[in-house]
Amino acid sequence: MSTATVATPTMTQTWQTLCSRADLVTRSGVAAWLASADTQVALLYLPGQTPEVYAVDNHDPFSNANVIARGIVGDIQGEPVIASPIYKQHFRLADGVCVEDENVRLRTWEVKIEGDDVMIRA
Amino acid sequence: MNVPTSPNATRLIVIGNGMVGHHLIEQLVALGAHRQYAITVFGEERHLAYDRVHLSEYFSGRDADSLALSNADYYAEHGIELRLHEAVTVIDRNAAEVVTDHARYPYDRLVLATGSYPFVPPIPGNEREKCLVYRTLDDLDAIRDAAADANTGVVVGGGLLGLEAANALRGLDLDTAVVEFAPRLMPMQVDAEGGALLREKIEALGVQVLTGRATQRIEDGETSFHRMVFQDDKVLETDLIVFSAGIRPRDQLARDCALEIGERGGIVIDDHCLTSDPAILAVGEVALWQESIFGLVAPGYQMAKAAAATLTEGDTTFSGADMSTKLKLLGVDVGAIGDAHGERTPGARTFRYLDEIKQEYRKLVVSSDAKKLLGAMLVGDNASYDTLMQYYANGLELPEDPASLILPSSDGAPTLGPDALPETATICSCHNVTKGDICTTLDAGALDLASVKGETKASTGCGGCAALLKSVVDHELEARGVEVDQSLCEHFAHTRQELYSIVRVEGIKTFSELIDKHGTSSGHDLGASSAPKLGSSSSPKLGCDICKPAVASILAACFNEPITDAAHVPLQDTNDTFMANMQKNGTYSVVPRIPGGEVTPEKLIVLGEVGKKYGLYTKITGGQRVDLFGAQLHQLPDIWGELIEAGFETGHAYGKATRTVKSCVGSTWCRYGVQDSVGMAIYLEERYKGLRSPHKLKFAVSGCTRECAEAQSKDVGVIATENGWNLYVCGNGGMRPRHGELFATDLDDAQLIRTIDRFLMFYIRTADRLQRTSVWRENLEGGLDYLKNVVLDDSLGLGDELEAQMQHIIDTYECEWANTLSDPEKLKRFRTFVNDDSPDPDIIVTEERGQLRPA
Repeated sequence: MSTATVATPTMTQTWQTLCSRADLVTRSGVAAWLASADTQVALLYLPGQTPEVYAVDNHDPFSNANVIARGIVGDIQGEPVIASPIYKQHFRLADGVCVEDENVRLRTWEVKIEGDDVMIRA
Repeated sequence: MNVPTSPNATRLIVIGNGMVGHHLIEQLVALGAHRQYAITVFGEERHLAYDRVHLSEYFSGRDADSLALSNADYYAEHGIELRLHEAVTVIDRNAAEVVTDHARYPYDRLVLATGSYPFVPPIPGNEREKCLVYRTLDDLDAIRDAAADANTGVVVGGGLLGLEAANALRGLDLDTAVVEFAPRLMPMQVDAEGGALLREKIEALGVQVLTGRATQRIEDGETSFHRMVFQDDKVLETDLIVFSAGIRPRDQLARDCALEIGERGGIVIDDHCLTSDPAILAVGEVALWQESIFGLVAPGYQMAKAAAATLTEGDTTFSGADMSTKLKLLGVDVGAIGDAHGERTPGARTFRYLDEIKQEYRKLVVSSDAKKLLGAMLVGDNASYDTLMQYYANGLELPEDPASLILPSSDGAPTLGPDALPETATICSCHNVTKGDICTTLDAGALDLASVKGETKASTGCGGCAALLKSVVDHELEARGVEVDQSLCEHFAHTRQELYSIVRVEGIKTFSELIDKHGTSSGHDLGASSAPKLGSSSSPKLGCDICKPAVASILAACFNEPITDAAHVPLQDTNDTFMANMQKNGTYSVVPRIPGGEVTPEKLIVLGEVGKKYGLYTKITGGQRVDLFGAQLHQLPDIWGELIEAGFETGHAYGKATRTVKSCVGSTWCRYGVQDSVGMAIYLEERYKGLRSPHKLKFAVSGCTRECAEAQSKDVGVIATENGWNLYVCGNGGMRPRHGELFATDLDDAQLIRTIDRFLMFYIRTADRLQRTSVWRENLEGGLDYLKNVVLDDSLGLGDELEAQMQHIIDTYECEWANTLSDPEKLKRFRTFVNDDSPDPDIIVTEERGQLRPA
């Protein structure tokens, strides 16, 4: 089983447009291709919350399948999480840490919505 | 997987493989005695031990297999030699051998569990053809054969076994009469008033009852095969006679080898079940303990337990057994506790309550000071049996006005609180579990009902104590400070059933409205920290992967709006969201509905073509459909476009919903079929498709009793009879297989549909989340009888509502895939990447046996 590492911001990172707001699904997730990092990210959209959009790895380290975006978004004690649709582990959206096994975490990215654009810092 | 026994192991022979003989083997295995003894079991019948208590169900749909208490594998696994259809003819005590027609077998210890035989009164003509007895499966086969060209049948004997036999004859569609020598039915259990009421109820079922009749002779009839002539020269003509007038111990082997026998038969045993020869034990209905034969199964089991202890040097002894019984004969409740006739204690007083409208009779026998219950009698309603039994068995002091225990009250039968029971109170009499045993288990760490059942076996016999056991466990857990938390999850302090009621009563149609109005505040009040969290007012109330799908299922079962609507889609598990089954590599499998498993060649070709075009691994499912594996998210709409074009609909293989109705080919092709099982299966599948429930629902319809569709392993199983359909419910395959239980017999099409409508909706209303019907049924207080009352007799007055609710689901059905394909907004979700048309680069496949599978 692979353990994803935390992305550390470097000087090369810039804000870039990933997709449009209309591509997002309210209180749920979609996957997007992040060409600059040659990887896929899960975008979780929680309108009305702060922040209103999160980006984490779409790759599920437990099943090795790219499925995180297709999990159920919820909260544990008020902390937003997503449950993997395969073996149901929960990952905190804020930092990607797995609730069931804190040694495992998804990478996270800064995202924001400007107008109709969903921007990611990568 | 034979269990090794050393070559010089002690040889134990058990003669008899009835209910008690088999229970003895189970007790020995539980004690590990099968490793100490080389055990050989002889059974005279062809069949392995079976449930004689429910024998009459043999004619209402159950077969020998479903009545069996065990299987040959069980014996083989434990290294026990089982010799069926081999009768022991002689016990040679000098040589310490038993003799059969095949061989002589040496023993070190011997157990006689030969049971009893039916008593046939010495009436001239009793050996005529079509004069039969009612005791074994072979007897029942003989009765069935004789009934083939008979219209009428008479049972001689109006006791417990006689009424059971009468039930069996009714099951064969014979006009049935019962002839009893005593002035009333069940003279052992009920008094004159109770007997009169019982008679009325049984006659109302169309069974003729003749009491106070001594048959003088049986001779050729004029209009029927037999004519029975009674003491007053009155006659009764009938085609078939069954004697069921009591039992006698089968003690001939013991007599022949000069073991001590009681005056009126029975092998004399002591508290250790030892006979006059200390190498030989006897158990069950052949054994005579303190001049008593015990003709019920529970005392037999207690003897088996004592005998097993004797053989393993344990302490358990047999110290007599209570003969109190709770029965349902021909659908009529009869209960007798202790000294029900009030004739064993001088000065005993009685209370009696008779309701001729509702046809209920209850009687209490109390001590002269009205403080203790000595006995009780119930006809027509056994609801108060459990409570009365506790007063009786534990010598509890009666309430000030004992009559309150049998008088009708607006709150139903009075119950005895679990705290009022002493530690010694027997909760489960089948497995002899006391309240003290339950407390010990809880103290040792058991935290719920299921583990108490597992540890003590309580309530796993007849199940009659289920409600009492639950109340004792709940009460004791509470007393230990264990909060029995029924909350669904941290977001709702409600059970699924409570949420279901809230949704229906308040008409709440979305998850957000439900969590806003009824959710716990941000989940914090169930948290570990009691300190208020800064900014908690803005904490999200999102729900979680437990409550969201559970509420989605409730909303679907109530209102049936498309699950793909924007308000509902975030609630669904991924399989429901994308209406396909996610596999381990993140791809999906697709299962179109094939109602009843019937498919035209044209449609089958389309499935093949779609599989080929999209490179899908193709496999036939257990539910008579075709599963196409390996589709990526973005391929699903194209695949479904082609399938819908060809006339397919979604199959809900992804949902906690109606899956399939499996069927055999039925009377249209099969030479044994008696009804059109395929037609019924298709009808049921079309009717219930799209129905969402606490867990998946599987159905099957078999066209005859051969049961090729395996309906008894389904949530709803239908088996054709010559007169209609037998309905089985709450069966399960999978990890914990469970035989479906016979719920109703010989239903016509309309009755069948109405019964299934009500059953399913009642399950959907009351089950826990992810609880299959089998587990729901096992946890249902009141068990199968209660379920029958609710569904068949409409005891809660819910019938119309349940049917209307089902009709709403049926009327609002829509194929979810067709709905999605017509809505560009919904289709947007079906993209592997929202910003790129490429497939997922990490999905790698390899070829195996000519098809693709994940690498």
